Amino acid sequence: MTADRIRSLRRGAVTLLVVAAAYEAIARSGYFAPALMPSLGTVARTLADSLLDGSMLTHAAATLYRVVIGFGLAVAVGLPLGVAMGRFRPVEHFVLPLSSALMPIPSLAWVPVFILWFGLGNTVTILIVFYAALFPMLLNTFTGVRSVNPIWLRAAGAMGANENALFWKVIIPGASPFIIAGLRQSFLRAWIAVIGAEMLAGSDWGLGWVIFDAKEFLNTDVMLASLIVIGCIGFVTERLVFGSIERATIYRWGMARSAKS
Amino acid sequence: MQDVADLAPAQLSVDAGPFRRAARNAFPFVVVGAAWETVAHLGLFPSQFFPSLEAIATVFVRLTLNGVLPHHTLDTLVRLAAGFTLAALAGVSIGILMGRSRRAEDILLPLVSIGAPIPGLAYAPLFLLWFGPGNVSAVVLVAFVSIFPIVYNCWTGVKAVKEIWLRSAQAMGADDRRLFSHVIMPGALPYILTGLRLGLAQAWRILVAVEMLAAVPWGLGWLIFGAQEFLNTDVMLAGIAVIAVIGLALEKLVFQPLEEFTVVRWGMMS
Repeated sequence: MTADRIRSLRRGAVTLLVVAAAYEAIARSGYFAPALMPSLGTVARTLADSLLDGSMLTHAAATLYRVVIGFGLAVAVGLPLGVAMGRFRPVEHFVLPLSSALMPIPSLAWVPVFILWFGLGNTVTILIVFYAALFPMLLNTFTGVRSVNPIWLRAAGAMGANENALFWKVIIPGASPFIIAGLRQSFLRAWIAVIGAEMLAGSDWGLGWVIFDAKEFLNTDVMLASLIVIGCIGFVTERLVFGSIERATIYRWGMARSAKS
Repeated sequence: MQDVADLAPAQLSVDAGPFRRAARNAFPFVVVGAAWETVAHLGLFPSQFFPSLEAIATVFVRLTLNGVLPHHTLDTLVRLAAGFTLAALAGVSIGILMGRSRRAEDILLPLVSIGAPIPGLAYAPLFLLWFGPGNVSAVVLVAFVSIFPIVYNCWTGVKAVKEIWLRSAQAMGADDRRLFSHVIMPGALPYILTGLRLGLAQAWRILVAVEMLAAVPWGLGWLIFGAQEFLNTDVMLAGIAVIAVIGLALEKLVFQPLEEFTVVRWGMMS
C-alpha cells in the first residue's frame, strides 16, 4: 500500500467521521424533533434490535424472494426471446417495436393498474420486478447475439459445426459480455423496482414496505436502519455476485478488459 | 465476391422502403390491439377493470379537451426539468471537482459510493418526512436520484483525459483557464454527456413513482394513483399512454441523438 493510497483512505475516513459527527451534533442539538432526526446511536440500536429479533431478516428475505422470482422470470423470458430475436428476423420484427414502445414506461407506473388487476400482494410486486428487469435483459441479449462476428459463424460452419455446436460454442460465448451486462442492468432495475413496488403495493413484509410504514409512525430510526440494510444488499450483489460472475466468465475468456488495469 | 452477392438481397429486403417498414412496425401493435379488444369485448373481466380501446380513447380525448391531462403532463415535465437541472448543475460541478482535485476526490468519493447503491426511492419516505409532502420533496428526490450517475461519469471523464494532453498543453504555455476549457472539457465531454443521459433516464424512471408517494396535487403519477381509488382503469391506461409517449420522445429526441453525437464525434462507445 503506497503512501498515496494511505492518505486517500485517511481522508475518506475523516470525511465519514466529520459527516457523522455533524449529523450527530444536529440530531442532538434538538433543532429538529428527535422523531425526525434520530441520533446515530438510536439508529444503530434499532438496527441491532431488528436484526436480533429476526424482523429485519424476514423483511429482507421477503424482498429478496420477490426480486429473485421476478428477476428469474425476466431472465427466463428475456434471454431465450432475445436470442430468438437475434437469430430470426420475423421474431425481431414482431418483438422489437413492442418492446421499444413498452420500455420507456417506468415500471412503477403500472403499479396502480396491476393492483386493480391482481389485488395487493406478492403478484403485483413480482410482476413489476419482472417488467423492470425484462427489457434490459431482452435488448442486451439481442444486441449481443447480433454483434457476434459473422466471420466466427462462417469459420465454425466451415469447420463442420452443426447448429447445436454453433449455438453453444460460438453464439452464446460471443454474446456473453452483452448478456452479463444485461443481467447486471436487469438486477439493478429489479432492485429499484422492488423497493418502489413494495412501498406502493404494500404487503406485510419487505424492506420497501417497512420504510413506508415507518413513516406513518414517524419511526425515522427504523427507516434509516432499513436504508442501511438496503444499501448493504445492493452493494453485496453488485460487487460480489456480479463482479465474480464477470471475473469467472468474460475476463477469463478475454472478452472484456477489467476497468482496473 | 460470392459473399457480397449472397448478402446483397438480404440487405435489400431490410430497407424495403418507408411504407413497408411502417407497416411492419405497426403489425405487432395491430395484433396486440386486436387481442386486447377481443378479451375486452368477450366480457371475461368486468369492463371497469379491462376497458376496451375505444373507452380508453374516449377518456383520453375527454381529459385532453377539458385540460386535465395537459395540466398533469405539464406538471410532470416541469418537475422532471427542475429536478434534472438541479442534478445536472450540482452533479457536473461536483464530478469535475472530484476529477481535478485529489483532495475533493478523497473527501467526496466515500459519500458517493455509500449513497449510490441505495435505490433512490428508498429515500422517498425520509425526504417526505424532512421536507413535507409536495413539490419540494418530489423535485429534491428526483435531483438526488439522478445526481449519482452524473457525478460518477463526470469524475471518470475528467480522470480519463490523457496526462500527455495536459502536459503538452502546459508545455505549449496554456494557463489553467485555457487548459480547462480547451483540453479537459472537450476530453471529458463524452463522459459528461453520458452521465447526463443516464441521470435523465434515472430521473424519468423514478419521477412517476415519486409523484404517487409525494401526494403532489398534479402530475401523471398522481393521476394514475388517484384513479385507482375510483377503479378508473381507463383513466389509468390513458395516463400510461401519455407516459409512454413522453418516454419515447425522451428516448428518440434526447437519448439517442446524444448517444450518436458522442459516439460519432469522439469515436467511442457506451
